[in-house]
Amino acid sequence: MTEKKPTPLLDNLEAGPWPSFVKELKKSAKSPMVQDLLGVLERSYEDKMGHWKHGGLVGVRGYGGGVIGRYNELAREFPDAAEFHTVRINQPAGWFYTSDVIRTLCDIWERHGSGLTNFHGATGDIIFLGARTSEIEAVFGELIEAGFDLGGSGSCLRTPSCCCGMARCEWACYDTMALTYDLTQTFQDELHRPSFPYKFKIKSSGCPNDCVAAIARADLSIIGTWRDDIQVDRTAVTQYAAGGQIDIAADVVARCPAGCMTWDGRSIGIDNESCVRCMHCINAMPKALAPGKDRGATVLVGGKATILGGALLSSVLVPFLRMEPPYDDLKELIRAIWDLWGDHGKNRERVGEFIQRIGLGNFLEQIGLDPQPEMVAQPRTNPYISYEPKEGRP
Amino acid sequence: MCPAPAKRKTDIGAPHYDKFLPPIIKRNYGNWRHHELPRPGVVVHVAESGDKLYSVRAGSPRLLSIETLRLFAAIADEFSDGYLRFTSRNNVEFLLADPAKVDPLIARLKQEGYPVGGTGASITNIVHTQGWVHCNSAASDASGVVKSVMDELLPYFESMTLPARLRIAFACCLNMCGAVHCSDISILGMHRRPPKINHATLAKNCEIPTTIASCPTGAVRPATVDGKPSLEIIEEQCVLCGNCCAVCPSMSLNDPGDGISIWVGGKVSNARREPMFSKLAIPYLPNNPPRWPEVVSAVKNLVEVYAAHARRFERMGEWIERIGWPRFFKLTGIEFTKHHIDDFRHAGESFKRSVHLRRPPA
Repeated sequence: MTEKKPTPLLDNLEAGPWPSFVKELKKSAKSPMVQDLLGVLERSYEDKMGHWKHGGLVGVRGYGGGVIGRYNELAREFPDAAEFHTVRINQPAGWFYTSDVIRTLCDIWERHGSGLTNFHGATGDIIFLGARTSEIEAVFGELIEAGFDLGGSGSCLRTPSCCCGMARCEWACYDTMALTYDLTQTFQDELHRPSFPYKFKIKSSGCPNDCVAAIARADLSIIGTWRDDIQVDRTAVTQYAAGGQIDIAADVVARCPAGCMTWDGRSIGIDNESCVRCMHCINAMPKALAPGKDRGATVLVGGKATILGGALLSSVLVPFLRMEPPYDDLKELIRAIWDLWGDHGKNRERVGEFIQRIGLGNFLEQIGLDPQPEMVAQPRTNPYISYEPKEGRP
Repeated sequence: MCPAPAKRKTDIGAPHYDKFLPPIIKRNYGNWRHHELPRPGVVVHVAESGDKLYSVRAGSPRLLSIETLRLFAAIADEFSDGYLRFTSRNNVEFLLADPAKVDPLIARLKQEGYPVGGTGASITNIVHTQGWVHCNSAASDASGVVKSVMDELLPYFESMTLPARLRIAFACCLNMCGAVHCSDISILGMHRRPPKINHATLAKNCEIPTTIASCPTGAVRPATVDGKPSLEIIEEQCVLCGNCCAVCPSMSLNDPGDGISIWVGGKVSNARREPMFSKLAIPYLPNNPPRWPEVVSAVKNLVEVYAAHARRFERMGEWIERIGWPRFFKLTGIEFTKHHIDDFRHAGESFKRSVHLRRPPA
């Protein structure tokens, strides 16, 4: 058993009203692995540097990802934290659980690992934090028996994730959880066996509020929207006007980015042709206004954080797509993107960077989509046009 | 002849969510009418059928022991028929059909040390990364900074009095696993020294051509050190992105001089203004564990200045666009420096190319 070492700096973080991660570590400190993790972390707090080494190759048989090797450079001093691998487990869509299944996961992790978890990781997986190499197969075997599988890591389809959609939200313009489950099951091979130039993330939000940050965090962002008119409950509008909690003229009409609303003190007018479907008026008056009934999603491509060539928000690829099982059009589109990017993308080049390198126009041509004005904020301003032979270029 | 081995079970995918949904959700799936926020931390969803679902939201440190997960399970058994979920910002939510249990549940959560809130115009949980707890490229600790900041900002978690929701995210390096690049306030770990190279192990650990190709600015070049093939960094060209360190284990950016930068005004929601990136407010604050007082006070200042000046429904970035960046720096007392001016690709797009200036300085 590893000797307990003092951790005065970390102990300071047990105080205060916000739930303490140090308390969580100490609750798990009957595991010698976590006891040594506390020692490693205290050292980082002393010398203001991390002590984890670059990942190594760790995994389960037949999979190319799902487990991330993590080794510590202070292994001699803290041998029980020498191997502290991460196991990514594919979460149920929408992050719903029963107490029974939470306990099942806890029991597995108590038998085979440190007892530390993340609910959830940044991509959406359940994270088991701190497994020894020798335990990985056992953890995997028990997870599979309990109905869980590994998530993605490396240059693969990362675990798709979504908002809670129709399970609880009146604004869901399509069934995000059904789509996420379907895509996850359809693309198991792409998820578990990395074969792409780099990672590929899919996130699904039910409406333009985008609660899972799909536009910023996913290579393919599927964001719910509608085509027809905003639904208006006139009685509820009157109640809002009388209630005094909201100033319809100042807080709703004046804040409409499209300037498409009017308010005469009695009724709201909306020029739905000009509406940009931003959600503000609906957010502000949820009892009175609702998205239209002709619902689907806008599909966007290329979102990512900084590394390597700078952060990108996803941009419009399909302005409106109906989201109904079996989602054949969407899957065909995804496969076309993977084929092109897989053949021509560079190592560690996200699809958003790839599109910038080859040009969105060329990308569309290759995956078989027609250019549409919805895809750009404005047409080009520079005259460097590459005319093509079919256009009579000599 | 050997019997054929039993087929290994793989690729079963995610468990179907249907198994974990409470009956009230199954009954009303896709048929919700509207929602209300009767008090901080409680969202009531009303279905077309008239059914009401009460979601009670509590803060969590994301890094959870199985002991705490079992506690959440026990609380769910006692108050919500065993049904719970987690939010995209790592809060835990208990899903109740019985309104009589809302108050006792809130009392129980507070008694166990889990604050209830994070709904509406509040500061909810800080999305964050692993930090020194578990990451090789961390320039700071995530959990320690988040804990220190949230201890200070708790009143904003437990109330709904801000002009609009205010989203804070933390990432411990430029990889931004926490997607901090589109948050109202982003706290970002920064390395400040070019990678250190372990020349003794590099030739054994790394593919030299791949490492050279990984550099976005051509700063990594081949070199022979002590007779062994290795690499060198052209320091003035290095942008500290860490991509070479990601492909070559013999290179590391970690340094005791690492610290934290603060960014403001990003959002992902399409409501009103289109989604936008966060922009630099403070280029560097020191790592000062265990409580990071410089970071805590900088974040608190930003929250307070925003709360005092923004209009209702105006997110941080929308407020700054209305008043202009010069006024933002003046109101917050933050110094504008050379580092605030972009010098990477397409830098010129952020230069001011008009004379639309609000009351120019003398």
